[in-house]
This record gives sequence, C-alpha cells and structure tokens, in this order.
Amino acid sequence: MIEVRVHGRGGQGGVTSAEMLAIAAINEGKFAQAFPSFGPERRGAPVVAFARVSEKRIRNRTKVYTPDVVMVLDPSVLSIVDVTEGLKSDGMLVINSAKSIAELRSEFGFKTSLARVDATHIALQELGLPITNTTMLGATVKAAALVPVEALVGPLEARFGRIAAKNIKALHRAFAETEIEMV
Amino acid sequence: MTKKFNEKAWHEYDLGFMVSRPGCSAEYRTGDWRSQQPQTNKDKCIKCGVCYLVCPEGAIQLAADGTYDFDLEHCKGCGICATECWTGCISMVEEGE
Amino acid sequence: MAKRVGIEVSLAISEAVKLAQVDAVAAYPITPQTHIVEHLSELVAEGELDAAFIPVESEHSAMSVCAGTSAAGARTYTATSSQGLALMNEILFIIPALRLPIVMTIANRALSGPISIWNDHSDIMSVRDTGWIAIFAENGQEAFDLTLQSFKIAEDHRVLLPISVNIDGFTLSHVIEPHEFLDQEEVNRFLPEYKPAVQLNPDDPVSMGAVGVPEIYAEAKKCQDEVLKGSITVIKEVFAEFAEMFGREYKVVETYQAEGAETLLLTMGSVGETAMEAIDQLRAAGRKVGLVRLRLWRPFPAADLRAAVRGIKTLAVIDRAVSFGGTGGPVAGEVRSALYSVKDAPYVASFITGLGGRDITVDDFIGMANQAEAMAKANEIHEYKMIGVRE
Repeated sequence: MIEVRVHGRGGQGGVTSAEMLAIAAINEGKFAQAFPSFGPERRGAPVVAFARVSEKRIRNRTKVYTPDVVMVLDPSVLSIVDVTEGLKSDGMLVINSAKSIAELRSEFGFKTSLARVDATHIALQELGLPITNTTMLGATVKAAALVPVEALVGPLEARFGRIAAKNIKALHRAFAETEIEMV
Repeated sequence: MTKKFNEKAWHEYDLGFMVSRPGCSAEYRTGDWRSQQPQTNKDKCIKCGVCYLVCPEGAIQLAADGTYDFDLEHCKGCGICATECWTGCISMVEEGE
Repeated sequence: MAKRVGIEVSLAISEAVKLAQVDAVAAYPITPQTHIVEHLSELVAEGELDAAFIPVESEHSAMSVCAGTSAAGARTYTATSSQGLALMNEILFIIPALRLPIVMTIANRALSGPISIWNDHSDIMSVRDTGWIAIFAENGQEAFDLTLQSFKIAEDHRVLLPISVNIDGFTLSHVIEPHEFLDQEEVNRFLPEYKPAVQLNPDDPVSMGAVGVPEIYAEAKKCQDEVLKGSITVIKEVFAEFAEMFGREYKVVETYQAEGAETLLLTMGSVGETAMEAIDQLRAAGRKVGLVRLRLWRPFPAADLRAAVRGIKTLAVIDRAVSFGGTGGPVAGEVRSALYSVKDAPYVASFITGLGGRDITVDDFIGMANQAEAMAKANEIHEYKMIGVRE
C-alpha cells in the first residue's frame, strides 16, 4: 500500500488531486481511498488531503500518519509546515518549486528522495491560473509509481469538462519536466 | 362479539393504532354533555351561516330553506353560535325547560 | 450489470437512493451529511430521479414532511447528522408509532458542546429509544447495499418501521473509494415497488396519530416493541436474499478472526475495518484475539451476540459516545445487560474513545486488547475507561 499526503492551501484543489489519484487507481482495478483533512473549509489556510493506493482491499481508515509520498502544491507552505512529518525514510517528497533540488535540500534539509517541478509556471502558462493540483499530479505519478499518467486523463476529463484539455496538457508537461533525485 | 376499544390485546388493534373507520366519532353522542340547548327564532335569521362556521362540533347543518338546523345528538351546548349570531336569533335555554 | 465505481461514499448513498426510486425526499443540509442530499437534489433537478425534493427550513420540518409523504404512501428518504438529528427528536418518536417505513441516513457526528462537526456516535445514541431500526455500515459498499436493503426491510408489511442507516461522518461520508454499483434492473429485481399497507387517501379515509388514552397507550407501546424486536427475522431474510442475488453477505452480528479467540474487541461502524488490521497483527504475534462488529444496534441482536461471544474470556467493548453519569459506554451497558444472566459470561471491559473526530489507530486497538486482558485477569471492577484522554 502506498500512502499519500497532499499539502496545499484551502482552495488550491489539494482534495481534488487526492480524489483524481484515487479514482484513477480504482479505474485501473486497484483499491484506493481519498479523503480531506476533515474540517471546515478554510480558503488560504494550509490544509492537507490524503490518499491510499493498494493492490489489496484497504481497511485502515485513520488519517495517514507515515506517508510514502508527500505532494506539496504550494511552495509557500514549506516554511510554515513540516511537510516531512512522518514521511518514511524511503519515501518521496514531490514539491512545486522554482528552486533546484540542491537549493531545496540546503534550505529545508530534506533527506528523502525528492522530486521538483515548477508547477506554478506550467499552470500559469497552460491554465492561466496558479492552480497547481492537476499539474502536480503529473509530477507525483512520475516520481512515485502510483498509476500510469494516462490513467489520470479519464478522471480529469470527467471532473473538469470543458477545461479538462488544458489541465491534461499541464499534467503531461509536468510529467515530462519533473526532476527526480533518489537517495 | 366485538371487543370494546379498551378490551383488546396489544396485537388486535389497527396498524399504528390508527382510526380506520372514517366518521366513527359520530357514534359518540356528545349531545348528552349539554346543560343548555340552542333555540332559533328563524324569523330573525338572515341565513349568514356564521353559526355554521363557528360550531366546534359540526353540529349545525344547512336546512332546505337556507336557514340552519341543530343536531342535538352532538351539540354540546357550548353557546358559541348564540354569542356569534349577528341578529341574536339564537338563544340558549336550560335543558328540559 | 454491476460496475465498479470510484466515488465518494455520500454520492454512492445518493445513487442507491436513486436506484430505490424514492418518491419523496425532504431534508435540510448539515455537515457532514450535506453531500448526500446535495447530490439527490441535483439528481431530481436533472430529471434522473422522478421524486419530490422538498426543501425545508429545519430538520424538525424535514422529518414532519417525511411523516406526511410516507403516510400518503410515498417511498420516503431523508438524511441528517448530529444537531439536525437532535432537532428532529420530537418527530422521530412518532414515525415508528405510526408505522411509517422512512429510510434515513445518519452521517454520525458528535453533539455540541463544545461545537464539533467531527465523527462519533453521540447523535445516534441520543435517539436510541425512539423506536427506529438502527443499522451501521463500515464502508461505502455496505452503505450502498444497506441503503437498498433498508427500504425492503422497512416496507415489509411485517415490519413497517423506519430505519436509520448509520455511517461515520467524514471517515466514511467524505471518502472516495471503490463501490460495486448495481444497475436499475438488478435493483428492481430485489426491491419491489412500495405497496403501503394503509395510506392517507381521501377516497378511503383513515385517521393517523389519534390520542392514546391510558386504556390503550400501554398496548400501543407493547405492540411497537414487539414489532421492532420481530423485525430481526425480516432483516435476516432480506440480508439472505441480497446475498443470494448479489453475493455480498450481511449479518446482524459480524465476526472477524473470532474462531478460537479468547478475547474479542467489539466495535460499531467504520472503525471495525481499522480494528481488523490490529487483529491481524495480534494474530500474527500468536495472540487469540478476534473482533465482533455490531451491524444492528436496534433491535439489539442479543441472541446473536451471545452466540458470537460464547466461550471467550474477555470482551472489550469500544464505545464512541458517553452516557453521562452512567455505568459505562452505551453499547457496553447494553452488552453487559445481554450477557448478565449467561453462565460463564466473559469479562466485559468498557472503553470510550474516538470522540469528536479523534482517530482510533491500529495501535490504539492493540492497546485496548492488552488492557482488557489485564483487567479481566485482575477482575477489575470498573464502569468505563476513556482511552487516549490526557489526564
């Protein structure tokens, strides 16, 4: 089972990215869960969402405490939240940042495998908005073998309707542009 | 012999203890409760129907000539009709007088 | 044909309600039930569900409207949570007395105060004695299946009682997970059109809700309790029929790894799934520990529970609500009562945990199994222990 935690700010679509991941995995015949950090809607506040993907039926219904994958939608939360909390030592941190992997490591002391992509830049070019949830999905499925990137296309089409094409393009661009450093 | 309502076992009542025989409350003769009964001077009746509207028992009925008759089987003698009557044509008189 | 769908549990419930082809929905939105009725109102607005969706100004009105539509012979559904359920309270008692087969989802949530929107079982426990059948689902599939089965149970002429299908708020209601959906043809085969035994009809009038004078009130209450207790037969029949048709089996008391167990944990609701993970770990370590999950809360399946715990030494009952000033958690109190006269009854430990959205983790379950065994060994007299509370 792979456990995922998504960090973002309320309104950035972190819950949606967890949902898209789970639906894609379920469509692939796997088992999956996605759920928000339960609570009132708080636009702008740092929020988390969770997903689990497994080959077997998932029974654990607690929050994700020791994620295998952490996805950071908004680089500004890095300085206010410990995004590595509970992250397994062999886990993967996927960050939206214009900074290089080396810069991120030296600034925040990240020890685990790390992937980065400038998702805000891609989102602004492709969507015209700094909403990075679909873009970061491309980075995440490249960095961690959760689902094939193509598996996300169907769920994105179903969710985003007429703006799906732009989101799918952003997804594929992020998949191509993501840099990964394994440790 | 049919059991009275207060003689049945718990499983012998109608579903949800509903009243399934419509209009059966008419069998209950509330007319026996009366100490005064209404009397009408039909010459003064203007056929306005106020008595019919205000009777809480539905014991006042429209007569063929457009005036109103009293159902003394069910009239409780409350006197609301007499109080509300525009022309004062209804008066309450002691039972048995 | 059945199809596998990744969807939020709330929406899966709405889809089940649609497949049940309800005639009337009257509901007021409240977190965490909102998505269920929101989706139903969309289904009605889009013409996918031919039902009257009646928006109301409060839950008291929602249940009052449901009483009316059900009395008129409409298949009726509603959903609520927490304070909303509390506001319905007055009408909740009237529904089973009038024998109206309404189905209601309760997305279980703590009661104020302090204000809490998060999951526990305070709300359903507060309406324990209203006379509704109360069923618990542990996952989305069960929520979908039990919603459909509830209409069939409630509407059986031997039952004609309302049912609450309880799902843990957020921990179930807001989770996307896989569901096997049934299609309309399959549901129609299982769930026939609702045929009311009696309905409000101007051409054949009846009076519902008449006064119950002292000469008949006791008979009315006795009747209500006998019908509620007798409904367990119909519940089991419907579960069996569903299993026969669709292969998914439900029991009023479910067990997991209970064979040969000396200690059993007892849960209601979605935490039963997390508890199974704990049982697997304990079994792997050679411990004789298993799990009992109460699916049916009302009518309380006392005989089935006695059978499930026969021969064990320790039973650890996990409650998710407080019975203030009482002798244990509400479920534990019920379980102790059911077992009191049983020869060689197990030691019953009462734990209260998971209040107001606090997670109950795998380690918490292992800790409770250990603690219950130690308490049983020492034959410790106690009312209840609150787990995970800062002292």
